Amino acid sequence: MSELSGLAGPRAGAQADVDYVQLLTPEGVRVENDAYEFTGDDEQIAGFYRDMVLTRRFDTEATALQRQGELGLWASCLGQEAAQIGSGRALGPQDHVFPSYREHGVARCLDVDPVEVLGLFRGVDQGGWDVVGSRLNLYTVVIGAQTLHATGYAMGLERDGLVGTGDPERDAAVVAYLGDGATSQGDVSEAFVFSASYNAPVVFFCQNNQWAISEPIERQSKIPLFKRSSGFGIPGVRVDGNDVLATFAVTSKALEQARSGSGPSFIEAYTYRMGAHTTSDDPTKYRLADEVEHWRLRDPIARVKVYLARSGGVTQSFFDDVDAEADDLAADIRKRCLDLPDPALVDAFDQVYAEQTPYLVEQQATYTAYLNSFEVDGPESGDGVR
Amino acid sequence: MTTLTIAKALNAGLRRALEADPKVVLAGQDIGKLGGVFRVTEGLQKDFGEARVIDSPLAESGIVGTAVGMALRGYRPVCEMQFDGFTMPAFDQIVNQVAKFHFRSGGRINIPMVIRIPYGGGIGAVEHHSESPEAYFCHTAGLKAVAVSNADDAYWMIQQAVASADPVIFFEPKRRYHERGEVDVAGDPQPLHSAKIIKEGSDLTLLAYGPMVKVCTDAAGAAEDEGRSLEVIDLRTLSPLDMATITRSAEKTGRVVVVHEAAGNLGLGAEIAARITEKCFYSLEAPVLRVTGFDLPYPASRLEDEYLPDLDRVLDAVDRSLAY
Repeated sequence: MSELSGLAGPRAGAQADVDYVQLLTPEGVRVENDAYEFTGDDEQIAGFYRDMVLTRRFDTEATALQRQGELGLWASCLGQEAAQIGSGRALGPQDHVFPSYREHGVARCLDVDPVEVLGLFRGVDQGGWDVVGSRLNLYTVVIGAQTLHATGYAMGLERDGLVGTGDPERDAAVVAYLGDGATSQGDVSEAFVFSASYNAPVVFFCQNNQWAISEPIERQSKIPLFKRSSGFGIPGVRVDGNDVLATFAVTSKALEQARSGSGPSFIEAYTYRMGAHTTSDDPTKYRLADEVEHWRLRDPIARVKVYLARSGGVTQSFFDDVDAEADDLAADIRKRCLDLPDPALVDAFDQVYAEQTPYLVEQQATYTAYLNSFEVDGPESGDGVR
Repeated sequence: MTTLTIAKALNAGLRRALEADPKVVLAGQDIGKLGGVFRVTEGLQKDFGEARVIDSPLAESGIVGTAVGMALRGYRPVCEMQFDGFTMPAFDQIVNQVAKFHFRSGGRINIPMVIRIPYGGGIGAVEHHSESPEAYFCHTAGLKAVAVSNADDAYWMIQQAVASADPVIFFEPKRRYHERGEVDVAGDPQPLHSAKIIKEGSDLTLLAYGPMVKVCTDAAGAAEDEGRSLEVIDLRTLSPLDMATITRSAEKTGRVVVVHEAAGNLGLGAEIAARITEKCFYSLEAPVLRVTGFDLPYPASRLEDEYLPDLDRVLDAVDRSLAY
């Protein structure tokens, strides 16, 4: 391991003092690991680079849109690109994902239009993408709840005979994304119990970004998180979450095992939340700038760029092209975000039930009549309801 | 007299409660160094220490459940639920445990706990951050519930809730946290479980609490311009209800409109309407009307201005009531 990967940071404690799976050092040097190997070529690594740059650019643009009042809120994934792209690109065509609310890079890997992700944060909907077609479940804001959904979905796959057949076109698994804070929730412990008990094909991919809003990881756990799962009978591994080759390799192996019928596993991607919890948060109130600087030296994208430039796999024009593509992406996202149509509340009455109720129909009609009364008479108070 | 925002008034009230009784402890996510996501507990951990202002792990059921244990040990816990929607992971602890200990123990055990919930919409938030869950808790015997609408009440009612021998669900109108008001720190507060007549009137009674009080006082002002005299009552206490104040006003005006952000179906307005009908039937000139959130899951934020009761919808109900 390199000097920088020694992990003795300004806030290093019981959590940091553990070796992890690393295949590409912060300096961009490939290293060997006994248990995990990245078998792809430089072209695949260049693809990861492109994914990460575009994810970061999307994220940066979304933050800007929020600052300009075009989004109600934004939950940035800045610094977590390798964890998300590495795990997201490890997904097979039959695998399903249950995200938290920060998995914008994973959404990219499943071809979800970034503007559909923005819709939730702009407040025009609460998850506008095609859940079935994309295999990306809706973002889940209540912390940890999705881990149980993922486990139940995996139990369904098993019952449908889609696990352990040996047919790569058939076997499937589920990835549940969660954060370090979520590991404190009862739902997550229950997901461990159920998945272990039923040998469910689910991979718990925990992005330990060190902070649950203002609370450091030490508030959630005395032991490194990856050790938590073993008490439930689920193997755990810690991976350098800022190393896209390692997160890809570790997730690929965990998914293969889950698809083959070996049951659940837990991955702790050790990373860092470079930005605020959300745009509503001010991290200067609770953490030191030194710590952020410490992690800036472990940037997930910079190390891949150094590797690619050195390995000779790509030329400068490749980097220039990706940057230009990122600029185009940002402009396109911005335009289409601003063009998102506002929904109408009267339509929401049709969305509540699969089988509509008479009472709600009546309420919708009453409200429609109320709205129409303004069109005839004009609002009484200058600031009508619509 | 001093001028404070509702958030600062709560902070001052909590500070005074911590000073007054060494058994008072606060618990919640991010309430320490950060001072809570709404800064209601700002500076309190620094001044009272980590043992009394507890930054909890990210587990709402754990926050409330451990607070039950601390209450059993003689402490007076004040729990903060970060947002209304995140109260639900603690629902079992609140409804099955907190609410029932006193009853199950034949009255031998008290759970003098406060559960603070920043509630309601109007801040442009994502889902689960704008809800009004008060009816669940008012429906549950063994819990008391109050909602504050202004800084003076925030300062006093939080202290009264902490002093209460019963568990109190304490609703804070998050969209009004930064609204300023006079606080009489040397004053003599009215009892916790009592309503307050904000504005006297003779034609119709508007009943509201929390964030809707301002909407109703604005509506009363607008109606006054049209020569209508509306009485506005801030309920303050949601469980138990202060029926004496409510019925006195209903008998005086003969017309009542109840306003809340929570959905109408089985909301607090339904209970109030039923009780007024039972107690004041011969005084009523019109059925008790409700202006509430629609019976929809709280919608995406671009729709919330339309979802939430506003001046126009309140005045529309006033017109309908007066037309009887």
